[in-house]
Amino acid sequence: MSERELRLVNVGKTFGRHRALADVSLAFVPGRVAAVLGPNGAGKSTLLGLLSTLSQPSQGRIILGDEDLSRHSRLRASIGYVGHEPGVYGDLSARQNLRLFASLYGIANGERRIDEMLARVGLDGVRREGAARTFSRGMLQRLSLARALLHEPEILLFDEPGSALDPAGAAWLAGELQREREAGRLVVLVTHDLVAAAAIATHVVVLRRGRVACDETRTSFSADEVRALYEEATRGKA
Amino acid sequence: MARPSWAGQAGRIAWKDLHIEGRSREVLYTMGFMAALVVLVFSFAFISGQEVTVGPDVVAGILWVAVLFSGTVALSRTFDRERESEAIRSLLLSPVPRSAIYAGKLAATAAIMFLVELLLTPLLAALFSAVLWPHALWLGLLLLLGTIGFASVGVIFSAALLRARSRDALLGALLFPIVIPVLLAASRATAYLLDPAAPDLDPALFWTRFLAALDVVFVVVGLWTFEPVVMGD
Repeated sequence: MSERELRLVNVGKTFGRHRALADVSLAFVPGRVAAVLGPNGAGKSTLLGLLSTLSQPSQGRIILGDEDLSRHSRLRASIGYVGHEPGVYGDLSARQNLRLFASLYGIANGERRIDEMLARVGLDGVRREGAARTFSRGMLQRLSLARALLHEPEILLFDEPGSALDPAGAAWLAGELQREREAGRLVVLVTHDLVAAAAIATHVVVLRRGRVACDETRTSFSADEVRALYEEATRGKA
Repeated sequence: MARPSWAGQAGRIAWKDLHIEGRSREVLYTMGFMAALVVLVFSFAFISGQEVTVGPDVVAGILWVAVLFSGTVALSRTFDRERESEAIRSLLLSPVPRSAIYAGKLAATAAIMFLVELLLTPLLAALFSAVLWPHALWLGLLLLLGTIGFASVGVIFSAALLRARSRDALLGALLFPIVIPVLLAASRATAYLLDPAAPDLDPALFWTRFLAALDVVFVVVGLWTFEPVVMGD
């Protein structure tokens, strides 16, 4: 796994006259799970959009290692993204979806990698030609994770991945996040769930009104610690 | 990782769309129905009894009106499968150049439209007694060029309206004024080709070349503008 840091240097993002992020400077380190917390409208999803390269910063730079993330399209291959929506084609089967993305990423030994991924997320037993549209929410999220991990990205971005999952699905996903952290991957998780964040995060970032209100790194956090950091950072919220 | 070439990536995206359409045939059937309906409505207006009273320029006009409306149906669905489950995000996050995504979507849309046109044109010829065979290949080339010109603009607008709520209504309103030159060139050239009394085919050649030049301009502009349009940032 790569040792490259992902750094944001004085990053700002505006939409018209609305300032979504201002002067954000952060460093995300491989082998850590960074939980990005904050109230609605704090800029969490905007931040994830910038990290994923789906959006460009209005000010500042986002640097992976020593390369500007927004200037090199090949760096997109370093990113895996799991959002609330699965990001797969409903008309294709799980295998066909992975086959498509394996070909677009130019993955060598694609079929073997697809087998590995399907087995890892527990979809190796599903009907071979069953369209993803027929999958349950939990199965879709498993497929989404398989797609995100298929090309072995350095950075994994999660945007409220457990928001529509049942407790068993959420527990499974937390286990997968843990596994990625242990494998040395750089993981950024945007969530409202402070308890889930505490269970896996070693880096807590709280955004408030587009600015970093808390940036704390520890070997582990308890739920109470995360809640205390969150409340302190968001105190005085209008 | 040995990343596929630009053309290879565009081809994979086109193949994916054609594969899905080959299974569902949703767009194909809807387009075919719309195109046949347009031709039939014109036939009710222009054909009385055994007598066909329309000239080749009217037949050409009917053909391209049918292409326009049925093509708009195809274009309104171009990014439907990307919008569903936010698959567009995964596509945009992949290292595929955005211009290759555009080229793939254009190729798939144009292929589906062209298939419908190949079925539509004989129906039109049968209903309006148009003579196709003397210049069948040329007519096929015209259909292809007209389709590429129309779809090259349409895919851009379809991408721009990806997240718009009233995209179906807006697509036609935005697209039709821009593609007027394509339709003008295609229908003029088609009229000359369908006219058995035409003294020579120089005007048809002129309009065909004009159409090809428009295609080059529209496709280049499409390749260039697709990324900022689809990112919408």
